[in-house]
Amino acid sequence: MSQHYSPTAIQGGIDEYKGEWKTTQISHLLKRTMFGASPDDIAYFQKKTIKQSIDELLASLPDPEPPLNFYETADYKDPQGIKFGETWIKAIYGDGTVNSRRRASFKYWWVMQMANQKRNIHEKMVLFWHNHFATEINEFNDARFAYLHNTVLRKYALGNFKEFVKQITLDPAMLRYLNGRLNTKNAPDENYARELQELFTVGKGSGSKYTEDDVKAAARVLTGIGINNDRMVYNFNVANHDITDKKFSSFYNNTVIKGINNATGIQELDEMLTMIFAVEEVSKFICRKFYQFFVYYDITPAVEKDIIEPLAKIFRDSKYEIKPVIEKLLKSQHFFDANVYGAMIKSPLDLVVGTLREFSVVFPSPKDYLQEYYNLFGEMVRQGQIMQQDIGDPPNVAGWPAYYQEPMFYEIWINSDTYPKRNQFTDTFINSGFTKNGRRIQLDVVAFAKKMPVPNDPNKLISESLNILYKIPVSDELVQQVKKDILLSGQSSDYYWTELWDAMISKPNDTNTLNMVTTRLRNLFKYLLALPEYQLS
Amino acid sequence: MKRRDFIQNTFAGVVIPALLNGVSFKAFGNVDENAIGDENVLVVVQLSGGNDGLNTVIPIDKYSLYQNARTNIAIPKEKLLLIPQTDTLGLNPAMTSFQTMFKEGKAALIQSAGYPNPNFSHFRATDIWNSASDSNVFVNNGWAGRYLAIENPNYPIGYPSTKYPDPLAIQIGSVVNTALQGPVQSMGMAISNPASFYNLISNKVETTPNTLAGKELKFLREVANQTNLYANSIKAAAAKVTKQATYPNTSLANQLKIVAQLIAGGLKTKVYYVSIGGFDTHSNQVNTSDTTTGTHANLWKTVSDAIKAFSDDITTLGVSKKVLGVTYSEFGRRVKSNASGGTDHGAAAPMFMFGDLVNPVVLGKSPDIAASPNTNDNLTMQYDFRSVYASILTQWFCLDQAYVDDVLLKDFQPLPLVQVQACGKITANEPSIVSEELISNYPNPFADSTTLTFQTKGGHTMIQIFDNVGRVIAMPVDGDFEPGSHEVFVDTRDFNSGMYFVRLQNGEIQQVRRMVK
Repeated sequence: MSQHYSPTAIQGGIDEYKGEWKTTQISHLLKRTMFGASPDDIAYFQKKTIKQSIDELLASLPDPEPPLNFYETADYKDPQGIKFGETWIKAIYGDGTVNSRRRASFKYWWVMQMANQKRNIHEKMVLFWHNHFATEINEFNDARFAYLHNTVLRKYALGNFKEFVKQITLDPAMLRYLNGRLNTKNAPDENYARELQELFTVGKGSGSKYTEDDVKAAARVLTGIGINNDRMVYNFNVANHDITDKKFSSFYNNTVIKGINNATGIQELDEMLTMIFAVEEVSKFICRKFYQFFVYYDITPAVEKDIIEPLAKIFRDSKYEIKPVIEKLLKSQHFFDANVYGAMIKSPLDLVVGTLREFSVVFPSPKDYLQEYYNLFGEMVRQGQIMQQDIGDPPNVAGWPAYYQEPMFYEIWINSDTYPKRNQFTDTFINSGFTKNGRRIQLDVVAFAKKMPVPNDPNKLISESLNILYKIPVSDELVQQVKKDILLSGQSSDYYWTELWDAMISKPNDTNTLNMVTTRLRNLFKYLLALPEYQLS
Repeated sequence: MKRRDFIQNTFAGVVIPALLNGVSFKAFGNVDENAIGDENVLVVVQLSGGNDGLNTVIPIDKYSLYQNARTNIAIPKEKLLLIPQTDTLGLNPAMTSFQTMFKEGKAALIQSAGYPNPNFSHFRATDIWNSASDSNVFVNNGWAGRYLAIENPNYPIGYPSTKYPDPLAIQIGSVVNTALQGPVQSMGMAISNPASFYNLISNKVETTPNTLAGKELKFLREVANQTNLYANSIKAAAAKVTKQATYPNTSLANQLKIVAQLIAGGLKTKVYYVSIGGFDTHSNQVNTSDTTTGTHANLWKTVSDAIKAFSDDITTLGVSKKVLGVTYSEFGRRVKSNASGGTDHGAAAPMFMFGDLVNPVVLGKSPDIAASPNTNDNLTMQYDFRSVYASILTQWFCLDQAYVDDVLLKDFQPLPLVQVQACGKITANEPSIVSEELISNYPNPFADSTTLTFQTKGGHTMIQIFDNVGRVIAMPVDGDFEPGSHEVFVDTRDFNSGMYFVRLQNGEIQQVRRMVK
């Protein structure tokens, strides 16, 4: 396919983009680096320069408040005494029942962070790293571990990648998920040692030539690492550690890591990471993944040479700091080439959370309705799940195939089962919304329209809305048809919409007029969100 | 639906074979009761913009009043098209095709269809006609959607099914009419792109831009077509019909051509909506040099020619007996024309029905027109449009009358608009052209009070008093009465001076009388 489209290949290199900075460019940047581009966020960044905007998106953030006990009911209390509204992250594990509720609390909380994100790339980076260092809560089970693992993803999302890999290697959730805790000198378990190389650092591209012996040697380096379940941290038991020397292949420059026979044996990990990170392929592998996540899936030879290699050099030169690489990529001419716009199919979470954000959906206050607040986010988790993106539970350690599987990549999200579910989601969200215990979230189409510059002009209302919601132009014929059939109820004169809208504004308490506007806008947005164009980002 | 129950009950009470329109009673005994009504298809033609009824159907019996009210747009009396059903009205000269259909007994006319307290906003009025709500009630689903939801409450879950392999309803065009919105889901087939439906019929592929995004768009559209569960049945039905009659080259005719194709191709869809816009004729609705021509005449030529072509086509295709059509517009227009050669938003207007089994009648009399009409004068409703819907539901879809209020939100009386064969049942009354004056008032003109005298055949009887813009001012009678003549005193001290209309409704009988304070 890439051959067929080669005449329209993405233009521009890694040099700084200095072109137009309008809604089109801003919404592209926001849709790729956040979940959706809301009218408010677009308006906000219109007042900034492109440099200010990207710097703000990359600024560091304080940690979010932890997930809470929302699950207490008249019939059920947390057996460890965590009260309603308190966090359980440091509680005793308890039993399977309370753990499953905490797992729900964690997942709902995670999507809550995405929906409530600041004007910042952070949540997208966390999702990127979740997909990169994929773990499944279903496998490692403990909700508290899931939260701790998540804090590592958050802490290093734009931090130092080498340090990140070290922390992930020692992370209790990962030690369980990939059996690191079972890796002992007498019964080595190579699971983590393999994925550390194949999936987390050097990858399996043509430039990656580690050997099966390297996997074995790495596993031996990592023997003796276990989990202190009470303190929820790793521990190192030298009695389980292989104290012999570990020899690596020529790919790793025939490095030999000396076996250490005491409590400092864990330092062999540092030596091994230094060895791995000396391989240039690490920087390229990770930059390719950045590129595929933020720009486009097709790494052509030109992209490899003009984009990946310069980025990888920045990555190495900065000793594997993530932020400078992302910054360079986002500020590049290549990132803002028009051919990139809309060329990505939204992931389920991009669709669900992006829709929430683009329509500024208002949730009930967590102060007064904590349970409903969590459960409504639970509904969003479930929506992502039925569209095949279950946050916290990717299909396996490689993450979601849509992010890596050639040749389809994110087309994998779309099939005859998931596509109708996407349309049902937007239809339901507009028609009736989602309700938990009497508290409802629904797309407020009137509020959205009010944010458009000239909502009483039906042409501008549609074109400005499309400018925010779509990244691909639609035919003028379609716009005129939709305008006439929906906003004008079949009339030819635009004036009727203007009159109706103005009447609603001048008489805000007239429910009849509001209803007329609402009905038409609901039909309009149901229609627009059901078109395939809305699936593109 | 309890269709079978209803048929049995009806037959148990049948005593007068003469009412069966010459079709022997015995023949009905052979009717497959399960199949009755199941095959019947409704085609709704929406005329957007508010049709000027008074220049569509012109009162011959009140021609000078008509001409006086519309000096600049009146159509010459001698040019009007006469129809055999009545000598009190003539059709717009552009409607020759409709004239033929009336002569063939394939068309019916309901004069002055409307509803109390009319709304003059296109939007609100359209919502009222589609939802069938009272004008002061906001209902966000539609009458046809509610009807379809009776038998299909879970749609679209589990659909297509063996029993319902095809879409329940189809909108030809881009956006499903709100009349098809059910209580939960739209019962109409959502066609996500206006082009895609035509492409489905004609097997064409939409073009996509030659960009990276275009590549993904193409992929998404392909999956969308695969997931359109009805795509195959629609394609198959369309493919079965390769030869059709010639239609005029208009959008409406092309829409109806597709409907004919799908019906003849065996699609089991119950309801089709088609539409034509442009009826909002505020100015220059006629050519001043020749008032039989111009915008409004062109619209009606388009509509009647398209419907006639459709009627001829489905006759040739052998499916005309299972098709009933109806037209509607969100409102009519004012009695008096305006200075720019047009008419402004008004109230009641005529509705047409068509089909082999339509009862080819004209219901209602010529509307009242004042000798010195005011700018705000409106045509007063003679028939509630929901009575037309009730007729379709009970006489065409064979819905038990007991369910009518579920669909129409109130128990509207059906009118005798469909021949009895359609549901194998007998309408309570044959079409009655009531010439007798059933309601009168004295004194008239009145001052502080007037006494209404009315005749009822018994049962529920209602009298509404409307002002000249159609607002209900009083409802002095609303209840069950013994057959015969009755009187009611009306205190009119609060009435402003001016023209009023008093409307009697007793079952299918409706009559309007003008009175003045």
